[in-house]
Amino acid sequence: MRFKDLSYSLVVGVLAGLGFLILVAPVLIVLVTSLTRGRSIKFPPSGLSLQWYELLFDPVRSSQIHRAALNSLEVALAAMLAATVLATLASVALARRGGPWVRALDTFFMSPLILPMLAFGLAALMYFTFLGFRPSLTLIAIGHVIVVSPLVLRTTFASMSQLDPALLESSASLGASWLYTFRRVTLPVIAPGIAAGAFLAFVGSLDNVPISLFLAGPRSDMLPIRMWGMMESMLDPRVAAVSGVLIAVVLVLMLVMERVVGLTRSFK
Amino acid sequence: MRLRPAEWQLVLPLALAYAAFFLVPLLLLVAVSAYADEKITTPGFAMWRKFLGDPFTWKVIFDTVKLGVYTVAATVLVGYPLALVYLGAGPRAQRVILFVVILPLLTSVVVRTFAWIVILGREGVINQTVLWLGLAPAPLRLLQTEHGLVIALTQIEMPLLLLPLLSVMSRMDPSLRDASAALGASRWRTLFRVTLPLSLPGLVAGCMLVFASSTTAFISQFVIGGNRLVYLPLLIWQQSLVVYNWPLASAAALTLLVSVGAGVAAIAALGRRSRAYAI
Repeated sequence: MRFKDLSYSLVVGVLAGLGFLILVAPVLIVLVTSLTRGRSIKFPPSGLSLQWYELLFDPVRSSQIHRAALNSLEVALAAMLAATVLATLASVALARRGGPWVRALDTFFMSPLILPMLAFGLAALMYFTFLGFRPSLTLIAIGHVIVVSPLVLRTTFASMSQLDPALLESSASLGASWLYTFRRVTLPVIAPGIAAGAFLAFVGSLDNVPISLFLAGPRSDMLPIRMWGMMESMLDPRVAAVSGVLIAVVLVLMLVMERVVGLTRSFK
Repeated sequence: MRLRPAEWQLVLPLALAYAAFFLVPLLLLVAVSAYADEKITTPGFAMWRKFLGDPFTWKVIFDTVKLGVYTVAATVLVGYPLALVYLGAGPRAQRVILFVVILPLLTSVVVRTFAWIVILGREGVINQTVLWLGLAPAPLRLLQTEHGLVIALTQIEMPLLLLPLLSVMSRMDPSLRDASAALGASRWRTLFRVTLPLSLPGLVAGCMLVFASSTTAFISQFVIGGNRLVYLPLLIWQQSLVVYNWPLASAAALTLLVSVGAGVAAIAALGRRSRAYAI
């Protein structure tokens, strides 16, 4: 039995270590690679410099990347706001209720998570084309709202389950209107869940490929699609620099969210 | 139980948005696939016949499902032990693991794919290590192979497995494991008779997400797999945005949808079966 326990620690430890390495190493490697002094992407880099970041932040030589990044930010903000409002309202009504209708609606709202987004991207492209719309940032934002809403629903649902119904009842029995109860009781309790969901929605939209792939046009270039192009032609080392910036931004946002709402808690 | 009218009004905006911009487009996808020509004028199932009559299509469907199965197996192989370590760790270490799991999830898929090009390339990290250790005489070919793609997808998709798994595991009653150990069970026995059955819902949910995501990860498949490895997402992209044959692209998209749905349903069924056996 001793031997068995030892073999357990060994097998689990080695595999878990491998898993940890696989998760962390790529992120670190990208960061180090982006600091290379060489003219091509290599690890370990042939020397350290910030040249690719300088090129990336050059407003003339990297104007296309800047344009794509601004488009992505604009879409992500719009999609985040819309998805947060719509999904929060829906989850306030649906949370902690049973019944076939509620379950069916819940499945319907969550289905974009499992459904191949690529199929939905194509469907959205054809739909908007038949309706006579030209590719635009608005259409991309609408597509993103659909695929990031489940993320907000999930986190607000989770925090709604922490809301003591007795609080709502006592607020109502003391004569508060529904809106007043919502503002003064419900909202403060579920605010961390909403914030975590909004954050996930923002990042989800910023990273989205399958919807943007179909809905982005020449005048509505999106950052992930542009990065894909930069990787396709001849591995442009600025991809590493963009990746470095994105990782840094997400890392900072994550630390802020952890401080403000305890992001890691909302995943439990 | 029915919703009160006031609550219907709260659900309505999201429901309408989903109906207008999600449900109707998907129905349109089905409709367009039932047109026989590229200009979408004559209804008919010629495209479906052309698509499903081609043996190449079936090879692509098989490869796509196989890729999903391999990725699920690889993520569980290293992800589940990581979850076990998380379970036994103190609160500080737990937070570190959770952070490490969430960070790749929030870095763009394109960034993660790019990282694996740097790692798997001819002059990449793995090849340099292999050459330095003298394990192989020449650089290994890792990009544009199924192995390389599965390794990359393991990292790209692992957070999707771990988040539901960790959330279920952290709600498990630790005294059950203690009881199992106190009654003389080895740690392997405790794992297979106590921990695994209890964490099964999280494991099943995670596997479903990994399967659905890896089979449709177009950019990763295309950039790491190259032109030689063809999966359904590549067919959809080629037919819709390169050849502009929308009926055929719709047929391919629906095939992907059905394949992913079947895979996910199979994982769910497998989960239910094994739960019945475990307890």
